[in-house]
Amino acid sequence: MLSNHSLPVKAMKASVEKTVEQTAAKHAVSQGGLLPCLHEIQAELGYIPNAHLENIATAFSLSTAEVHGVVTFYHDFRTSPSAPQSIQICCAEACQASGSRELEAGVAGVLGVEFDETHPTDNYRLERVYCLGNCACGPSVRINDDVYGRVDLASLPQLVTEAVQS
Amino acid sequence: MTITVYISQDTTAVAVGAERVATAFVQAALNAELNYTLVRNGSRGAFGLEPLIEIEMGAQGRLAFGPVSVADVPSLVTAITVGGYERHSNYLGPVSTIPWLENQTRITFKRCGEGAPTDLANYRALGGYRGLEHALTLSPQAIVDEIKVSGLRGRGGAAFPTGIKWQTVLDAQGEQKYIVCNADEGDSGTFADRLLMEADPYQLIEGMTISGLAVGATKGFIYLRSEYPRAQKMLERAIDVAMAEGYLGADLCRSGQRFELEVRMGAGSYICGEETALLNSLEGKRGVVRAKPPLPAIEGLFGKPTVVNNVLTLASVSSILADGGAEYARHGVDRSKGTMPLQLAGNTKNGGLVEVPFGVSLTIVINEWGGGTRSGRPVRAVQVGGPLGAYLSSDQLDVPLTYEALAGLGGMLGHGGIVVFDDTVDMAKQAHFAMDFCAKESCGKCTPCRIGAVRGREVLERVVDSTASSNDLILLRELCETMEQASLCAMGGLTPLPVKSAMDNFPEDFGVIDNQYEVAACTV
Repeated sequence: MLSNHSLPVKAMKASVEKTVEQTAAKHAVSQGGLLPCLHEIQAELGYIPNAHLENIATAFSLSTAEVHGVVTFYHDFRTSPSAPQSIQICCAEACQASGSRELEAGVAGVLGVEFDETHPTDNYRLERVYCLGNCACGPSVRINDDVYGRVDLASLPQLVTEAVQS
Repeated sequence: MTITVYISQDTTAVAVGAERVATAFVQAALNAELNYTLVRNGSRGAFGLEPLIEIEMGAQGRLAFGPVSVADVPSLVTAITVGGYERHSNYLGPVSTIPWLENQTRITFKRCGEGAPTDLANYRALGGYRGLEHALTLSPQAIVDEIKVSGLRGRGGAAFPTGIKWQTVLDAQGEQKYIVCNADEGDSGTFADRLLMEADPYQLIEGMTISGLAVGATKGFIYLRSEYPRAQKMLERAIDVAMAEGYLGADLCRSGQRFELEVRMGAGSYICGEETALLNSLEGKRGVVRAKPPLPAIEGLFGKPTVVNNVLTLASVSSILADGGAEYARHGVDRSKGTMPLQLAGNTKNGGLVEVPFGVSLTIVINEWGGGTRSGRPVRAVQVGGPLGAYLSSDQLDVPLTYEALAGLGGMLGHGGIVVFDDTVDMAKQAHFAMDFCAKESCGKCTPCRIGAVRGREVLERVVDSTASSNDLILLRELCETMEQASLCAMGGLTPLPVKSAMDNFPEDFGVIDNQYEVAACTV
């Protein structure tokens, strides 16, 4: 059973490494190409695998520590797999002024998931975000790529049901 | 009769239902066998009226309906088809007579909402690229001089005179120079950059191209925050079209001059809105602030002379070159020349983009444009200039909106964000948030910001929990002073502004258990 299982895992690991190497080689030739490279790897794989930071470093003629520093500096980059979907609650000032503090405090109760965790059944991650540029019609919530305005605890569950794919 | 229907694809318009309204419109029009063309335009920024439907029919010009819900659509389509639209409950009259828009002085935002954002022919028909055509006939120095005459100051928040910055880059020696657009609009309460990039991307592209001609730069980057995916799509499409039509590339308008442009995405870091952190990020490094000098104008991106300007600054350049610096400088007061795109946000009934000459009072913007609070409760606090701006109290709202007047109140106009709070706000919590946010987003390079924000957050936790002593408030003042005076950049240097203004203007929210604050403060 184990030996049967290890083959596809090996193949998968090899393909992850290949994706990282190819993407890194493509961006290493452009000036300041590291961020575009990391964005593309994350878009492809869902995260930036720690095990292959060295491959990126080699392509960019950097140390692994430098690449690690960049990956961990930016909030957008993840080094472990995450749920494929996300719900982000804007918690910045303009949304606070229109009710996001209540939303922030009550969201775990209405959705059944804590911040920075993945929902047990619905395959999305709940996150805080600081400004989505929808400040005139807050509180703002982003579900995957779509922003919703004037969201409150009463309207959120319905929105999530419609927008999140189980 | 040809009918053209405009429904916005702007982030906020869609956030309040424009996409659903557009779908419903298409369905209802099909049922009614209505012949029409649908244009998905940018927004005019009157967000209280979104989803807004504009309908152009024959001689009547563009008629506005809003805010339209999905349920309103069938009766609206019937009213257009059969007649009687004037009596429809959403009818607002001709677009040109909507007071919210009519009373503004739109220069930078004049084209927003007029047509499909990436329609280059439409941009040209509305006066676009006249600025570049003029600039191509001028010497670099003459372009810089025109900007100096306009009195344009950086719209990103620091308000540095644009002409002087450009002169420095023009005078700097270097084979390669760069134009960098700071589109990392991370300040809560601001959305003007996003609105412009989604509604009128060519104006920014044109402004950057002119900037390249002025200082001798052949390459530009737009550093855009990753929270703005719609703006990214719009800019990338517009750049492709401009390349194909010869407005970007190796031979600008057959002049033999070169300018290329690329969009680079940020990755969720607030500090990358600070220009030197932004440059490091563009170079593929951690977004850590650089010490100045050297100024980016001398040693900027990849160590080369670089213009770093905000979206609105660069966009303004195209109309300045089209109509002349003197025309632009006719608007405004004192050293605040031209118009300021204000962004009315937070607890406001009719929020949105209000472009007015400098000098209009804050209370007029909040009450006459905003229509008061959305909650219907009294205004208690207004934060002007983003998260690093001061919290003003309700008796300070007659301040004229100029760089100088806001500075006179100990605040700042910044990028023009206005966030309205009603009387349910707890100002100690707002001060706590300011320190907490600084602690989370500090790049860590300098100690006052990295450590000061953490200590400040701890003190304010005690204030919020009602366990603070009077010594805590003295400590907080000292922390603020250290951060202000010793931080490397504006984030550490200005985080004390919301904190101190909250303490000064709303002392009743900063209770202490020993109630000795007044006495203790006097004896220090």
